[in-house]
Amino acid sequence: MSIGDSLHYYVNVNLVGRAALRWQRWQAERRSGVPSHWKREHLAPPLKIAPRTKELIARHYLEGRYANLQRKVAWVTSGAPVELLKALDFYVLYPENHGAVCGTARVVEDIAAEAENAGYSRDICSYARTDIGAVLSGKTPVGRLPRPDLLLACTNICQTVLFWYRVLAHHFDVPLILIDTPFVYAEAEDHAIAYVKRQMEEAIPIAERVAGQSFDERKFREVARLSRMASQLWLEVMQRNTHRPAPLSVFDQFIHMAPIVEMRGEAYTVDFYAALLNEVDARIAHGVSAVTHECKRLLWDNLPIWYRLRYLAEVLGQRGVVLVASTYTNAWGELAPLIDLERPFESMARTYLHPILNQGAGHKLATMQRMIAAYHLDGAILHSDRSCKPYSIGQMDQRDRLISEQGIPALLLEADHNDPRAYAEEQVANRLEAFMEMLGV
Amino acid sequence: MGAFDVRALGIDIGSATAKIVGVDPAGTPAWQLLEQAEPRVEDQVERFLARAQQEIGSLTGIPLIATGCGRGLVHQASRKVTEITCHARGIYHEFQRSGTLVDIGGQDSKVIRVGPQGDVVDFAMNDKCAAGTGRFLENMARRLAVSLEQMGPIALAASAEVSISSTCTVFAESEVISLIAHGVSPEPILGGLHRALIKRIVAMIRSVGLAPPLMLSGGVAHNPAIRHMLEEEMKTEVMASRQPQLVGAYGAALLALEMVPS
Repeated sequence: MSIGDSLHYYVNVNLVGRAALRWQRWQAERRSGVPSHWKREHLAPPLKIAPRTKELIARHYLEGRYANLQRKVAWVTSGAPVELLKALDFYVLYPENHGAVCGTARVVEDIAAEAENAGYSRDICSYARTDIGAVLSGKTPVGRLPRPDLLLACTNICQTVLFWYRVLAHHFDVPLILIDTPFVYAEAEDHAIAYVKRQMEEAIPIAERVAGQSFDERKFREVARLSRMASQLWLEVMQRNTHRPAPLSVFDQFIHMAPIVEMRGEAYTVDFYAALLNEVDARIAHGVSAVTHECKRLLWDNLPIWYRLRYLAEVLGQRGVVLVASTYTNAWGELAPLIDLERPFESMARTYLHPILNQGAGHKLATMQRMIAAYHLDGAILHSDRSCKPYSIGQMDQRDRLISEQGIPALLLEADHNDPRAYAEEQVANRLEAFMEMLGV
Repeated sequence: MGAFDVRALGIDIGSATAKIVGVDPAGTPAWQLLEQAEPRVEDQVERFLARAQQEIGSLTGIPLIATGCGRGLVHQASRKVTEITCHARGIYHEFQRSGTLVDIGGQDSKVIRVGPQGDVVDFAMNDKCAAGTGRFLENMARRLAVSLEQMGPIALAASAEVSISSTCTVFAESEVISLIAHGVSPEPILGGLHRALIKRIVAMIRSVGLAPPLMLSGGVAHNPAIRHMLEEEMKTEVMASRQPQLVGAYGAALLALEMVPS
């Protein structure tokens, strides 16, 4: 990286970009209004922290846009042990998160079509198609994605990432580190933890070679500490919803989870979740609820339907129905206690073996049952996500068990987290309406 | 007052037919109308209500509940309720008991567990395509050049059935074309098509869980092969509504009747 590159980066990111984003945030905080086309009379006003969330995400992608001028770049899966790379100063991009940004911006059809035209089947995960489409065409709502110098894929969320990242490795001609996480049926076996730990240790020399610097274990511990703190705070934010009425809907969580997914291991992420927790506490203190007249409290299972978040929030909210807890947002908080700073490698191996998608359907059912009791829930919506087979498999049985064992109604809702072509609004609306009639609201 | 003592009205705008039912103070159907659904829903509703006024008398003070996929366009309705709730209420009043209702309509099929007060305990609907619906049979009837009315009796009389592996309307049509091309006669094809649809419905019944008796509504209930095969597959007797196409509108009228001050 030349002095010219560094200067270019400094001017665009640090000088102009950050200032512009701060200005936008300041303007948004001053307005703090609700867009006129939003039907918000049944929902709480947007969180005060929302402009800051937007700024954080925009800054992350702004840094990404110019990252190749300044730093080494790694593309990683959402469940990858990113702390290793953060300790080596990589700029880390999460293609899944970028996929979600494309989903909320409703540009997936156009971008995924680029992958489909290149021969990738529509049966492949819509995140993968969005990413591959963006790579092939350069299309993205965030300006430009940086070229990766290294890829890190962890199979703890699905097997698709294995093939997806091989495509990326071939396309960019860069090294791919694969962390293989054996499936956990009950508790992770010692040999499985040792196996993952060894893979992480073996990944370090490769990452060091790409980064051009040595791995510093003290720095790694510090990143792990920040990661744990932010996850812990995020967990506390979600747990505030045991309060009735719930201060924060799952739709809010879907938006404000972005930093915990893509900015783990950063001090500003810890600050962000501490501020969010304060705001949620203030909502409780002032009696502000996510849904104006809370009647029924529901669980959401699986990924969000990114392109219809506000619509679904409004449809449910106008009948006094609030989504209080979700297995998806919970996944980024529930593992925080597993991170042990005294034994960072071993505990990281244990942590990254235990995501909900790397455990059996029975574990997910037990998680849902615990949440139903802890959050006093009246029903559950299970989003059968066409793209995410590992998350959706077992949902029919899980639904039956929730009905028969928890005595609550449960609805299976067919859609796709990112591809609107696999979503039929009329049918979704009808099922939701019938479900709410069943709930008596 | 007109010739009919109607106290509440229910209107069901389905994908294939539009129905309106009026009930008397005891909740018994007293007046009804059924037509093919028209693309101009609002005009059709206007006409229905004009007929109601002609035959029943003034509609002032008579509540109207709308259901069916076109309910959003019934601006005159006091309330709009999904067809799931309305079908449950309608069939419960007809048979005076809880159970499991299979409703095979033009655009969707549903299985509804009806509770002890005519409430919905659980429900399942077909995927977001025409698989397992009346439209599936309609398309196949056209392809095989038989009328909808003949379809069931022919399928029942067939001495053999060919296996149709898909209930996807598009894929099944390809299968049918290929069977015709191989010289297979229409009777066993029709038998196989009915069997494929019923197997799809049976999977939905199993996902909701069968609480006997098994009841049947929707236009497809007029097809004798459907009832027969459903009984065969589920090994239980099926109680078909006497007026299967009107169950949703009847349920809506009953819900409207609850709005009438007693």
